[in-house]
Amino acid sequence: MAGGDEAIRRIDAVWRIESPKLIGALARVVGDVGAAEELAQEALVAALEKWPETGVPDNPGAWLMTTAKNRALDDLRRRKMLRGKHQELGRDLEAEQEASGDALAARLERELDDDVGDDVLRLIFTSCHPVLAREARVALTLRLLGGLTTAEIARAFLTPEPTIAQRIVRAKKTLAEAKVPFEVPRGAERGERLASVLEVIYLVFNEGYAATAGDDWMRPELCDDALRLGRVLAGLAPEEPEVHGLVALMEIQASRARARTSPSGEPILLLEQDRARWDQLLIRRGLAALAKAESLGGARGPYALQAAIAACHARARVATGTDWAQIAGLYGALAEVTPSPIVELNRAIALAMLFGPEAGLKLVDALAGDPALAGYHLLPSVRGDFLFKLGRLDEARKEFERAAGMAGNARERALLLNRARQTYATSD
Amino acid sequence: MRVMIMVKVNQDSKGERGAVPTEAEMAPMGKFNEELQKAGVLLDLSGLKPSSAGARVTFNRGKPTVVDGPFTEAKELVAGYWILQVKSKEEAIEWAKRIPAESGGIEAVEIRPFYEMEDLEMEDFAPSPAVDAAKELGKKLPSGAGGKP
Repeated sequence: MAGGDEAIRRIDAVWRIESPKLIGALARVVGDVGAAEELAQEALVAALEKWPETGVPDNPGAWLMTTAKNRALDDLRRRKMLRGKHQELGRDLEAEQEASGDALAARLERELDDDVGDDVLRLIFTSCHPVLAREARVALTLRLLGGLTTAEIARAFLTPEPTIAQRIVRAKKTLAEAKVPFEVPRGAERGERLASVLEVIYLVFNEGYAATAGDDWMRPELCDDALRLGRVLAGLAPEEPEVHGLVALMEIQASRARARTSPSGEPILLLEQDRARWDQLLIRRGLAALAKAESLGGARGPYALQAAIAACHARARVATGTDWAQIAGLYGALAEVTPSPIVELNRAIALAMLFGPEAGLKLVDALAGDPALAGYHLLPSVRGDFLFKLGRLDEARKEFERAAGMAGNARERALLLNRARQTYATSD
Repeated sequence: MRVMIMVKVNQDSKGERGAVPTEAEMAPMGKFNEELQKAGVLLDLSGLKPSSAGARVTFNRGKPTVVDGPFTEAKELVAGYWILQVKSKEEAIEWAKRIPAESGGIEAVEIRPFYEMEDLEMEDFAPSPAVDAAKELGKKLPSGAGGKP
């Protein structure tokens, strides 16, 4: 049919806009995210059948909501009829089920169209619930909040589609079995649950920003998905400083996207990037989000601190103008909040910028025995860099080669091997 | 993808005539903007003063001529813009259809995608002097600095 493809693209666009609100409202009423998503999917299938013929309705969100509601009501009626035929059911149980079915039907009629506003926020907290494995949280969040298809998620994470499909099915089942309430957590639980939400979003962002595997170093679509989720969250929970901290961090990091790969796809390191290619709109947004986090009293949150470090780079018009003393101080603060040898490693780099590679080498060597850094390719990479600067080329080469052997990403590996080769060129 | 949605009005629009919109007229637009923000798609927006506050510079074989506003000959006048980050042109269209045009006195909007990394990479990646300077610098500084670039 003519225009069929275009209609499908338009339905896809409507779905991306409407599905979180739709699934959220349904989950609030039926009390189960899995059942809510299935109802929403049924409404989508109905739209795919109907809209190419009739055109997209004026208010597509309301159309989808009504269709999903009617499916749910049909479902209840069918079950009621079935129960009527099954005499073996105990009378009390039958009456009880009937009553709960009627109550649900009434709630569907009455409450589904309420604009509660919190539905999408509840959906985010539920799909990032700690009862789920981290991978399951990521897949479910992209699916329910990002509007991504199973195939899109599979492609993004270089995972077979059936694996992702199964992960999502199991996640929904786990949420139902654990009877996870569909709500925004309050009180003491809130902080911990929010941390899980932020972690999921930043994980998605990082997989797009510096892929841990595969041939492409960046997958910008994933960064965009994560940024969108972060911005949604900032709109829904504007009182949370760390949400703005995370958004600030992602905006500023994403601002460098155009500058951090060469045309052939090789990574370009921060200090070698053409800063004219940095995206000033995203930098401005990032600095504003950081200011917001700080004004809410969140200057010492781990995401806000990382954003503040990224902001130091963003503010420097040329690499030589970087305020390394401030960066070293911020890494020190970050190490207090979230002690980690990786943070220490970065602090060592900043201090080496201030006091020279000899000092950096001493700091890095003090970290070398840390088991947490055993498989971390940036340790030998940084060490190699300091040795290179000190003219200890044979040692530098060994470190770069070691780092290349540990890097999971093909582009990063190539860069490190190239640096190893440069040690020969320099010694000639 | 990133798109700009440009607002077009005609000569007779209230905004062009210099009228400041009332609160009641602003409310639907405020609600729409909030919806964009909550959906995580809004990057930037601004409204422009009427063309009487502006000027037009035309070029005849490169020679500039300045004419002060209002731009009385123009059929459509740009009056503002949104910058959105969306998944597809269709999504941008879907948002554009929801603009409360009547209360905003909007005649039309125009959706124009920005050039993206992929588009630019097809061109020659001409290194700027800044890149050369940064490369020189890179030889002197530890390039692993800052962890992830």
